Amino acid sequence: MSQNRTRTDSPTEYDAVTYVWRMSAPAPSNSLAVEVSGVSRTFGRRRAVDAVDLSLNAGECLALFGPNGAGKTTLLRVIAGLLKATTGTVRVGGRSLRNDPEARGQLGLISHQSMLYRALTARENVEFAARMYGVPDPRSAAMRALERIRIADRADAPVRALSRGLQQRVSIARAIVHEPTVVLLDEPYTGLDAAGGAALTDMLRLLRGHGASLILVTHNVEEGLAVATHAAVMLGGRIVRRDDVASLDHAAFPAAYRSMVVDASDQSANRTVSVSA
Amino acid sequence: MSNHRPPGTFSSAWLLARKDLAIEFRTRTAFLSALVFAVLALTIFYFTWDESVVSPNDRAPGVLWVVLTFSALLGLHRSFGLEEHDRGIDALLVAPISRESIYLGKAIGNLIFLSAIQVVAIPSLALFYNLPVGRPLFIVSGIVFLAMVGIVAIGTLFSAMAVNTRLAELLLPMLSLPFFVPVLMNAAQAGSRIFAGRPVAEVMPWLRILIAFDIVFVFACTLAFPFTLEE
Amino acid sequence: MTSVSHSPAVEPKPVFDWVLGLAVAAVVGFYVRAIYFTPIELQQGVAQKIYYLHLAGVIGAYLSITITALMSIVALWLHDQRADHLAEASAEVGLVFLTVVLTTGPIWGHKIWGAWWAWWEARLTLTLFLWFVIVAYLVLRGAIEDVAMRARYSAVLAMLGALLIPFIHLSVYLFAARLHPMPVVLKPSRPSLSSEMLTTLLLSLATFTFLCVALIRARYRLAVQRDLAAALDVDGGVA
Repeated sequence: MSQNRTRTDSPTEYDAVTYVWRMSAPAPSNSLAVEVSGVSRTFGRRRAVDAVDLSLNAGECLALFGPNGAGKTTLLRVIAGLLKATTGTVRVGGRSLRNDPEARGQLGLISHQSMLYRALTARENVEFAARMYGVPDPRSAAMRALERIRIADRADAPVRALSRGLQQRVSIARAIVHEPTVVLLDEPYTGLDAAGGAALTDMLRLLRGHGASLILVTHNVEEGLAVATHAAVMLGGRIVRRDDVASLDHAAFPAAYRSMVVDASDQSANRTVSVSA
Repeated sequence: MSNHRPPGTFSSAWLLARKDLAIEFRTRTAFLSALVFAVLALTIFYFTWDESVVSPNDRAPGVLWVVLTFSALLGLHRSFGLEEHDRGIDALLVAPISRESIYLGKAIGNLIFLSAIQVVAIPSLALFYNLPVGRPLFIVSGIVFLAMVGIVAIGTLFSAMAVNTRLAELLLPMLSLPFFVPVLMNAAQAGSRIFAGRPVAEVMPWLRILIAFDIVFVFACTLAFPFTLEE
Repeated sequence: MTSVSHSPAVEPKPVFDWVLGLAVAAVVGFYVRAIYFTPIELQQGVAQKIYYLHLAGVIGAYLSITITALMSIVALWLHDQRADHLAEASAEVGLVFLTVVLTTGPIWGHKIWGAWWAWWEARLTLTLFLWFVIVAYLVLRGAIEDVAMRARYSAVLAMLGALLIPFIHLSVYLFAARLHPMPVVLKPSRPSLSSEMLTTLLLSLATFTFLCVALIRARYRLAVQRDLAAALDVDGGVA
C-alpha cells in the first residue's frame, strides 16, 4: 500500500490533499456497481417507490432530484438495505442484498442524520464503524478518513462539542472509512457551510476518481450537477426523467426541473394524478 | 474489499456492547441514577417493617429482588434510546453485521451495566441489613446473576419495541413485569432458602426453572428481535 | 403495473347486528333459567350459582386467547391484516371474559374457602398474570399508530406471552406444592350435579361461547371500520 501525498489544484480555493485510495479488489468489470431492478416499496396502501430501474457502473455518480414525498429517501433506504423491497431486487457489485448480507459491506450511507454517538469522540465514532466493517488497523483507517474530510484536528473532541457542520463531516468520515464501492448520500449538504460543502464535493470527486459509485439525493440542483455523471428526476415514486450530465444543458435544467415539480404539485392538488395505487 | 472481513455475530455483539459501555462510562448519568436509586430504596424499605416483628434477615431477600427489578427497568430504558438520538441504529443496520448481533450486543451491555449496579447494591444490602457475609451471600449473588440474564433478555427486546412507541416509559415496565414474574418467583424462593441456611441441593428445582427460562427466552428474544425493526 | 393488494372497497359491515342480538338474548335467557329455574345446591348455597358464570368465563377466555395466539402467528407469517384484526378483537373479548373469571373467582372463593385470594391456587394466579399480559398487549397496540408495526409488535408479544404461560404455571405450582399442600377439603371438587344443574351448566357453556364468538365478530368489524377510517384520513378522502 503506497501513500502518495500530492497537492493538486482543485477548482475550489482549497487544496485537496490526496491519498491513494486502496481499492483492494476492483469490482469485476462485467458487473454493475449498483443494479436496481423493478424495485417497488409499499407502506400499507401507499406505494412510495414504483417499479424503479437503475444501474450504475464504477466511477459514475447519479444525482437524484425530486420534490418532498417523491420517494427518493425511501428508494435510497431500500438500496442501503434498511428497507426490504416489496418487489424487485437490488444488487451491489453483482451480489444480491437480500441473499447476501455481507454485500452490505460495500455500501456507505451518509444522511442528514449523523448516526453518531454524541458522547464519544470523532475518532472513536469512526473507529467503531471501522471495526464494524472489519477494516484492518481500524485506528489508522479512522485517522485517514478524518483527514480526508479535513477534520483530523478535532479528532479527540466529543461529537456533542462540535457544530452541526463538523458533525456532518465526522459522519461522512464514518461512512467512508471502510472504502465502500457504493456510497449513498441523502441530502448530505444539509447543514454544511461553504467550506464543508467544498470539502464534500472534493471528496466525492475523489471517490469517483478511484472507482466508487455514488447515488446522491439532493434538492440542490447546482450541487448535484457539480459532481454527477447522470441525473434523474423522481416524481410520485417513479423516475420520470434521466439524463447524462455531460449532455445536459446546465443552464436550462434547473428551470425545467422546477417546472416539472410545480406541475406535479399542481396536479396532486387537483387530484388528476393519483399518486397512490 | 477482500481484506475486509466483517466480525461474526458474537464479535460484533461484543463490539457493540463495548461501545455502549464506553458511552455509559463517559456520561455516567444512568449508572449513577440507578445506583443511587438502588441504595436509597434499600434504606427506605428498612423502615417499612417493624424491626421487632420481622427481622432484617427475613426482609432482606424481598428487598433485594424489588430493588433489582426496578433498577433494571431504569437501566434498560436507556439502552435503545442511545441509538434513537441521531439514528445510530441506521448505521448498525447498514453494516454487514447480523440483526441478531445488535440484540445480543445490547443485551450483553445491559447485563454488564446491571451487574455493576448489583456489585454495589448487594454489599450495601448486607451492610444495612446486617447480613452474615459468607457462602450464602455468594450463592445468592449467583442466583441474582441468573435472574439478571432472564430480566435482561426480556427487557432488552421490550426496550427495543418501546422506544418506537408513544408511551415508552410506561410501556417498558408494563410489558416486562409479567415476564419477570417467573424469574422473580423462583429466584426469590431459592434465595430466601439459601439465606435461611438451606443447602443448594434443596433449591435446585427453582434454579432449574430459572435456568430453563433464561435459555428459552434468550433464544426466543434473539429470534424475535429482527421483527421489531422496520424492514 | 401491478396494483397493491388490499381489501376491495366494500360497504363496512355493521358492528351490531342480529347475531349479537341473538347472543345477548340467549344470555339473558340463561340467566333467567339459572336464577329462577335451577335448584339451589345443598352445601354451597346460592353462591354456587356463580360457578356457572365462572366456568363459562374460563371457556370464553381460553377460546379468545387461543384465537389471539394463533392469529398472531398467521399475521406475522403471512402479513395478513385480517388475522391481525381478529387477534386484536379476540384479545379484547378475552380480557372481558378473564375479568369475569377474576371477579367471580374470589367471590365464589370467599364463600367456599373463606379467603378472597389464594396465591397457591395455580389457576387463579395464572389467570391474573394472563390478565396483565393481555392488558399489556392492548396498551401496546394503543401506543402504535403505524398499522404494520402494530401488527408485528403485537404478534411478537402474543407469542412470547404464550411461551410465558407454562413457566408461570410451573413456578406457581412449585410455589404452592412446597408451601401449602393442596388442601383436599377446600379444593373445589366437581360437585355432584343434579340433572337440572347439569343442564344449566351446559346451557351456560353454550350461551357464553356463542356470546364470545358474537362479540369477537362484532369487535372484528369495529377494528376493520376503524382502520378504514384512519386510512381515509391519511389519504385525504381518497381510499
